[in-house]
This record gives sequence, C-alpha cells and structure tokens, in this order.
Amino acid sequence: MAFFIVRRLLLVIPLLVGITFVSFIVISLAPGGPLDFLEAENPDLSPEVKRQLTELYGLDKPLIVQYGNWLMRVARLDFGRSFLPDGRPVLAKIGERMPVTLALNIIELLIIVVVAVPIGVLSATRQYSVFDKITTIFVFVGFATPDFWLALLLMSLFGAQLGWLPISGLRHINWEYLSFWRQQWDLVSHLLLPITVATFGGLAGFSRYMRQSMLEVIRQDYVQTARAKGLSEEVVIGKHALRNALLPVVTILGLSLPGLIGGSVIIESVFAIPGMGQLMVQSIYARDYPVVMGNLVIVAFLTLIANLFADLAYGLVDPRIRFGRRRGR
Amino acid sequence: MVAFWRTFARNRLAVIGGVVVAILVVFAVAAPALAPWDPNKHDTRRILAPPSAQHWMGTDQLGRDVFSRVLYGARVSLAVGFVSVGIATLIGVLLGAAAGYHGAVVDGVIMRLVDLMLVFPRFFLLLAVLAFLKPSIWTIMVVIGLTGWMSVARLVRAEFLTLREREFVIWSESVGASAARIVFRHILPNALAPVLVAMTLGIPAAILMESGLSFLGLGVQPPHATWGNILTDGKDSLEIAWWMTVYPGLAILITVLSYNLLGEGIRDALDPRLRQSRVGRVIRLGG
Amino acid sequence: MRRPGGRVLVLWVAGLLVAGCGTRAESPAESTGSDARAYGDTFVEASIGDIGALIPNLASDGASHDIGALIYDGLLRVDKNINWLPAMAESWTFAPDCLSLDFTLRRDVKWHDGHPFTAADVVFTWQTLIHPKTPAPFKEKFLQIKAVEALDPYTVRVTYPQPYGRALETWNEYILPKHLLEPYVADGKLRESPQNRHPVGTGAYRFKEWRSGEKVVVVANPDYYLGRPYISRIVYRVIPSQATIFLELKARGVDYSSLTAVQYKRQTEYPAFRKVYDKYRYPGTGYTFLAFNLKDPRFADRRVRQALAHAIDKRELMDGVAMGLAREVWGPIRPGNWAFTDKVKRYEFDATRAKEMLEEAGWKDRDGDGVVEDGGGRPFAFTIRTNQGNDERKRIAEILQQRFKDVGVKVEIQTIDWASFIKEFVKPRKFEAIVLGLGFGADPDQYVLWHSSQTDPDQMNRTGYANPEVDALLEKGRASCRQEERVKYYHRIQEILAEDIPMIFLYVRDALPVIASRVRGPDPGPAGMLWNLPEWYVPKHLQVYTAG
Repeated sequence: MAFFIVRRLLLVIPLLVGITFVSFIVISLAPGGPLDFLEAENPDLSPEVKRQLTELYGLDKPLIVQYGNWLMRVARLDFGRSFLPDGRPVLAKIGERMPVTLALNIIELLIIVVVAVPIGVLSATRQYSVFDKITTIFVFVGFATPDFWLALLLMSLFGAQLGWLPISGLRHINWEYLSFWRQQWDLVSHLLLPITVATFGGLAGFSRYMRQSMLEVIRQDYVQTARAKGLSEEVVIGKHALRNALLPVVTILGLSLPGLIGGSVIIESVFAIPGMGQLMVQSIYARDYPVVMGNLVIVAFLTLIANLFADLAYGLVDPRIRFGRRRGR
Repeated sequence: MVAFWRTFARNRLAVIGGVVVAILVVFAVAAPALAPWDPNKHDTRRILAPPSAQHWMGTDQLGRDVFSRVLYGARVSLAVGFVSVGIATLIGVLLGAAAGYHGAVVDGVIMRLVDLMLVFPRFFLLLAVLAFLKPSIWTIMVVIGLTGWMSVARLVRAEFLTLREREFVIWSESVGASAARIVFRHILPNALAPVLVAMTLGIPAAILMESGLSFLGLGVQPPHATWGNILTDGKDSLEIAWWMTVYPGLAILITVLSYNLLGEGIRDALDPRLRQSRVGRVIRLGG
Repeated sequence: MRRPGGRVLVLWVAGLLVAGCGTRAESPAESTGSDARAYGDTFVEASIGDIGALIPNLASDGASHDIGALIYDGLLRVDKNINWLPAMAESWTFAPDCLSLDFTLRRDVKWHDGHPFTAADVVFTWQTLIHPKTPAPFKEKFLQIKAVEALDPYTVRVTYPQPYGRALETWNEYILPKHLLEPYVADGKLRESPQNRHPVGTGAYRFKEWRSGEKVVVVANPDYYLGRPYISRIVYRVIPSQATIFLELKARGVDYSSLTAVQYKRQTEYPAFRKVYDKYRYPGTGYTFLAFNLKDPRFADRRVRQALAHAIDKRELMDGVAMGLAREVWGPIRPGNWAFTDKVKRYEFDATRAKEMLEEAGWKDRDGDGVVEDGGGRPFAFTIRTNQGNDERKRIAEILQQRFKDVGVKVEIQTIDWASFIKEFVKPRKFEAIVLGLGFGADPDQYVLWHSSQTDPDQMNRTGYANPEVDALLEKGRASCRQEERVKYYHRIQEILAEDIPMIFLYVRDALPVIASRVRGPDPGPAGMLWNLPEWYVPKHLQVYTAG
C-alpha cells in the first residue's frame, strides 16, 4: 500500500513538467499576437506606440527564452499578469472564478450521481425491459442535445416568455440588499436552469457506466451464491452487487474530474456565469495569452491532484490493491 | 460472428440507430444532388421566411435556404466526425500497439503520455489550441483527433497485454515471425471490435464538440454551413425564426443519438466476448 | 429522517419556497404621477466583454471607456453634435499663432476622495500618458504636445511645436489623480495600482464595486460640479452572449442595448415591447467602403473609379446588408459633425453611364463575351478581398460583384482571416480592391488616411492616394486651431475626395439602441447616446429599483 502511494506521488512530477510543456506547445502555435487585436482599424494606433507595447510585454524575445522564463516563473507560482489593461495577476483572475465553477460542478455532479446510480442499477436488473429502453433513450437524448441549444430554448421559455426564472448571471444586481431567504431563493433560481441543462447532458455517461458495471457484477458467481443462500433480491443487489459495482464508478468519477474543474465553457458563456470556462473563452477572444496559458496549466494541475486523490481513494477502497502488490492497469 | 449479429439484431434501438446513421451518411454524401438551393446563396427578399413549399425549413437571416444548409452541414459534421475519429484511432492504435508490444520503457512512456493528455479537459485544450490557430475545418479535425486517441490506445494496449499473458508460449515461439505479422494477424482482429465501439462512440462526441465550437465562434467559419453555425446564426432570432434553431438542433440530436445507440448496441452484442478480457473495463462512453 | 443533515435540507428548501413565493423581482406600479425630475432608480446596461481596466486611458475596449466616462471627466466635454463644452475647464483660449492653448480651470471640482482638483493633475496626466512605460494604446495625440505647464493652480498652458488642429479633442481625455497615482508611473506599474480596481475620479458617478466577470456598480456623485446626477446607480452587467442580452432585454433585466437590424425591424415591434422600450435610430460610428489600390494602373485612372461608382446601387447594398437601416456616405467625415458637408459630387446609380465612362477610359467589350477589355485585349478582371467572419462585408462584395458584372467587369471574391488579411494583403498593399470599414473620428482631421506621406506599411493611407491640393489642405487643417478656418479646408477636402474617389464610400449603418421608456432625457446625436447620461432621470412613479 505504501509502495502504491509513493509510486503515485512520484508520478506527479513528470506529469507536472509535461503539463507545462504541452501548454507551451499550444502557445507556440500562435501566428498573430495581442497587438494585432488592438490594431483593429484604429488609425490612432501609431507604430511608436506598438513598439513600446511590444517591449513592455516582452513579445520580441525568441520563443525558447519566453518558455524558459515562463517555466521558471510557474515554478514559483507566478503566472504573470494579464495582457488586458487591468494587468491583474493571472492567478488572481483564475482564483476568483474557481469557487464559482467548482461549486456549480460539484452540485451538478452530486445530482448526476444521485439520479444516475438508481437509473443504472434498475436498468441493469431489468435489462431490455421497457424501463430500460425508455431510460436509455432519455439519457441518450440528454447526451445528444447540444447544451447551448437547450439552454437558449429554456431561457427563452422560462425567462423571456413565462418570466418565471431569471435569464442569466449568478444573482440579482441588488442581491446585497435582499433578505437572507430572498438571497437564497435568488441564488437557487439563477442556478436552476444552468444546472438542469448541465445535468441533463451528464446523466448519460454515469448511468450507462453504472448499468454496465452492474451488469458485469450481476453475472458474477458470488451473486449467484448469494441468491442460492436464500438472501432476498434487495439484499443481494443492494448490498453485495451494488458495493462491487460502485467500485468502477469511483474510477469514472476520477475520469470526469477534468470536466469538473475546467467548468462547462458553453453553459457559463450562455448563462453569463463568471466561472473559469467563461474566463477561458473571453481570454481567447482577447488574445490574453498569460491567462489562457495559466488557466490551462492550473486546470490540468488541479485535475492531476484530484486524480491523485481519486486513485488513492480507489486504492483504499479496493481490497485487491490494499493487500495486493501491483495494481494492473 | 453470427452470434454477434443475432445479439445485435435483438436490440431494436441499436438497429434503428444503425439505420438512421446509414440514412444520414447517404444524405450527406448526396447533399449536392439533394439540396434544392445553393446553401450560400443570399436572397434579401426572403429573410427569415418560415417553412414553406419552396423552403422546407425556412430561410435564415440572409435569405439562405435552411434545408440545404442543414444537408451541407451534415457533410461537415460527418466529415469532422469521421476524420477526427480516424486520426484519433490511427494514433491510438499505433501508440497502443507500441506500448503493448515493446512493453517496459516504451510502455511506461506512452502510458504517462496518456495520463498527461487525460489530465487536460478536452474542450479546454481544444479551445486553447484554436485560440492560437485559425479555426479551419482541418485544424478542428486534427485537434479533435489529437485529443481523443487515449481510449483507443488503452484498448489496443490492453489487447496486447491479454494476448501476451495467455499465449505466452506461442509468442516466444514465433520469435522467428515478424512483429508486424503478429500484430496484424493476431492482435488487431481481436482488438478491432472494441476499437470499433470506441470509434462509433467517438463520432457523436466530435460532432457535439464541433457544434459547440461553432457556437463560440471558433468552429468552422461562416459562411460554411455547419449545424453549429446555423444554430449560432439563429440564436438571436429565437422567437421569430424557430426553424433556424429547431431543425439543426434536431439534426444534431438525432445523429448523436443514433450513433450512440448503434455504438451501445455493438458493445452489448460483444458482451459475451468482453467478459473474458480486461478490454471490457477500459471502454468508456464518448470521447 | 435518520440523519440531521436531511432535516436541515428540508428546512432550507421550505424557506426557499416561502421566499420564492413572494413578489417576483421588481415591477413598477401602474400608477400615474408627474413627470418631474426625481432622484433615484438604477440604470442597468449590459456589456459582452468584461471591463478591461478602470484606468480607461490604458484600455481600448468599449466597456472600459463607457464606465470610464462616468467616473472620470476631462477638461472638455461634448454636446450632442460633438461641439466642445466646458467641463473641468471653465474656458480656454488659443494664442493667435495657435501654438499654445490656455485653460482656466474650475475651482469647485473635487476628486471622489475629497482632494481638490488642480492644474497639477492635468500636468501629471500628460506626463503619465507620454511616459514610455505607460501602456496606453492611444497616446498618439499626446505625443504631439511640446509641454504642459501649470501657470497657477487653476491655469494650464499647453504648448505645441506646431499648430495642432486636434488639440481640443485631446483634452476630452480622462484626467488622472496625481495624489494617488504618482508613485506608480515611473516603474510602469500603473496597472497594478489600486486605482485600477478602485478608481477615484472627478466624474458624475463614483465607483462602488467591481465583481470581475459579473458587474460594475457606480453611484451618483453628490458633489458633482455640474450638479448631482438624477439616476442614483448605474450597473454594468457582464453578459458574454449577444443572444442572452437580447433575452434579458425582453425580460427587462437590462435597460439598454443595441439591436441588430433584424431585431429592430422584426422582433421588437410588438406592443408589449414598445410600451416598455423606446427605440432610436441614428448614424453609427463607422462607415464601410470599397478601396482601390491606386498603384494598379487600371485604378489609377480616375474615370475607371468613377465608372465603377456609377455601377453601384447603394440602396440595394443598404437593403441587402442592413435591411435598409443605414445611410449613404460620400466622404470620410460623419454626417452631423461640424465639418461635414454633403454638397459634394455623388455618383448616382447609372449602369449606362458607367459603361460609357469605362469606354472613355479605353475599356470596351471587343469580343462580345460580356467582359470589357483594354486596347491590348486584356479583360478587366480583379479580386475584391475582405476579412473572413464578417457576413456583411462578404455580402457587399457579392452584390458589388454582380453589379460590376452588369457593366462588364469581372470580379472574384476572396475572404481571408483577419490577421493574415492585414499582414499579407493590406499592409504591404498587395491588393487590387478591398472592402473594409473605418471609424469616424470625432475630429475631422484625416491626415493619416489621405496624406501622400502616410504610405508605409504601418501607416493608414492604404490606397496610396496622393493629391497635392489635398495634402496642402490636410496640413493646413491640422495646423489651424480656429474652427471657422478649418471648416473651409475640410469642406474642400470632402469635395475633392468625392470627386477623386480613391475609395468608394458606401454607407454608414444606423446605430439601433433601445432604452427603457421610463428613462427621460436620452437625446441621441452624432455624439452617440450616452453623452448626457448624468442628466437623465426617471420620474418617481416609474422608478423600478429602490435599493442603493
């Protein structure tokens, strides 16, 4: 077990370097620069000014030097400052967006798990039944629906036409002046549509995986044994089968972590939620390279950490690993 | 083989999915012949016209026929789906085979590479790359492909490992036979089925990604007709021109749904075989 | 429930439902009342991009400037027609030789933190903006100044090495507080100063808060020297999707937005909307044109350009591209600007005349293939290039292609992505004709566009136009500080340009803003919509937002 932990921890380091390297490859693909953006048909932007700005941002140095400098600064957790006029530290910009995205996605994940697990289990125990078929179609429709499409339709219906829910943003502009309960309701009503759209799409993955996992477990010998021992079906399924079927679900929780931390770009953009996904899109439009790079690295880094914990958790939970020597992959 | 088809045919949904996919491919390929209008022809006298006999799905804000655009959009979406998944599969097979065959160091390096790529959220990485490149259809296809090879690589590698364990004896005996022969004659045919599932499930993911990119303005650029573009054009006129939003949205929905049902059906039909190999554990839904 | 957590959850949900059952948001009572000026209410605007910076001199995005204009003031301000009015400067005078400009400042202006505003701040602003370490995108006009000195705490003298016609425009610029920013300039650390997050200005509104990516809130400045603004709060919401902004408009979550042509004509005509919103329409801020490369011998011949101008039906263009919500232009100066004149030559749509003129220039269809050729038998064919991603320009290119075909000229269209377009075609002037857009400036000085010396790749005279008379007029216009004089020069320039048409000026789209009808006071003109925002008010009985 200790060997397992140490090994996982050591693997983190080359991955970290790899993250910065991949990110750098991404940025080195850039043909234009932030100045091209400013140039958009503005006669006032003289060459003198452009030269000053180039020097200021260090855009004239060769690529290798830029990477080397950046890498060293990242090691000190200095992601530089945004190219945008507010010049705030990249880390600060990402930091203030992170809680929003994390909160949103955690809620979403919880709802998905709570809904998908029962669906998956029931589909497995009633394979090919009407229930199975209907839920299959339902979750697949959820997966197949483009989220921005659904978002716009729902916003139009519930927001503009019926006026039941707010259309965008996290909270009312006068949120600070509302009573406590009104504040809570305001938050919930703002999050209702985005979370609905997000979960509708996310159900498919989990429930199908749950179903698959459950199907495999049900056919195992020990389930037959439990039945033969005379245990009721609920106990067989609920206690024995489920526990084992849940193991791979932990794996898939880990695999869905990149999405969790990266935030749903499209949903945040459509619903005007100030999260990391939206930050990414806006930085891209503005060619704000430091923020784009910083965002990419930090999201990857957090995913790495989260994967590490998920793996460790899996290791703790799976007795084969707890007591075994090597974990096959 | 026969067992496969029999199981597959039992699954009504999967069969429907397969049929729809086939129809879509036909539509896409035959689009130039089927489209009643030039998808890029503007007609300023008929802006945002509702569906009629002349324009089955109405017109958009520049007077272009939506039905023709949806047909041509099918070509783009399917092309993006096929090519990007093709690229991903190619890379995945090569790397997975290399990892599985050579083992040890090579395997270690490639598996670390897989871990590395998995650490990046796919859409994020896609966006970041497209921020620095001009979004053209080829760029998008290549980038989606480059970010989606991981599951195939794992599948192929797992197949290698399984074979290694089981047929160790034959393996060492065939030292005389070339490695390529072993790969092509023994390994790939067995890996083919799960890889096929991965491919089928990868296509809808690619299509959804392309439409998402178009919505953000980073997809295949206008005036090319893609489903994502038509949706984006229509989003400002949601109430008065519902056809611009509903039809391409439905197109995406039906396509993705069908591919998923098909893929799932194939996977379920392969089930009995999967039980024996560890390959089954590795298949994931989507890209 | 077995676990206490479950019970808490139930209580929370119950509380929510009770709260949610209350009245929905805030809607005005259907009362009647007087229309008298009243203080109060909140005005909600939307912006697609997040605010770049709260020191607007450092920013080039529209949102930063809109907010900046509320928080900071300049020495001058504009009225509806972009005439200069006193702001923090009471009065000003030019020296007879136009080489210096004296401002007399008001004595009752205070910074939002109470500190008095003096001439030192003006000097400081100039020094800051020209400092090499200050990343200001628009410092060009300040680089023209020789010196700025404070003759006494309330008098400023600006001296120029040569007369500069745009002098007054420069002093519309946001003035920065010396007492807060001085330490940051020398090291180029302006962007890191607290001012960039908590700005202190002298404008009509004081900064309240900025939640990044969400909103910016400013509140009325009760000590504003021109009188306390009526609307108490202005909230700028960041909504990065145009579709969402429109939906918010319909749901009355924002009070102001711009509409597209389609939205203006088709989606906002229903009674419920018209009751709650007032729609406006006035010439926008930029024009679209077809520019020729005058190095190309075919286009160097003026008759050819004039012929092509006759071949264009501008009405058709405007209908096709903006559903008719645009106006024709014949020159680079904005209709409504003090230097504008429309008494210039116009090329009416006349295909016959176009063909005649082409023939005069030596282009005739000699072989009956529908395309005109020159004496040597070469057909008249050229490529119109424009940037990718702009449906409007592509559409224009297509319409032009059709019209030119009608008079025997063959046109190919090429759309190229923006960065490559500028780098490889526009700057090195490797094009035959391009369709692009430009902004009208506030000042009619067009030196950088038309002077024969401005033809380097990084300069803006893309067509390569060189007319000695225009050169002279441009120089004189730039060097004069008397409006009566300049007007004459610019009128003449417009006449010549309309005659020579190095580029065919096509149209200016209308700006189509929409404002909540409860707001009294909007009076759009060449200066835009928001020039008199501090004077807007909402009558008491119509006020919607009561907080803050």
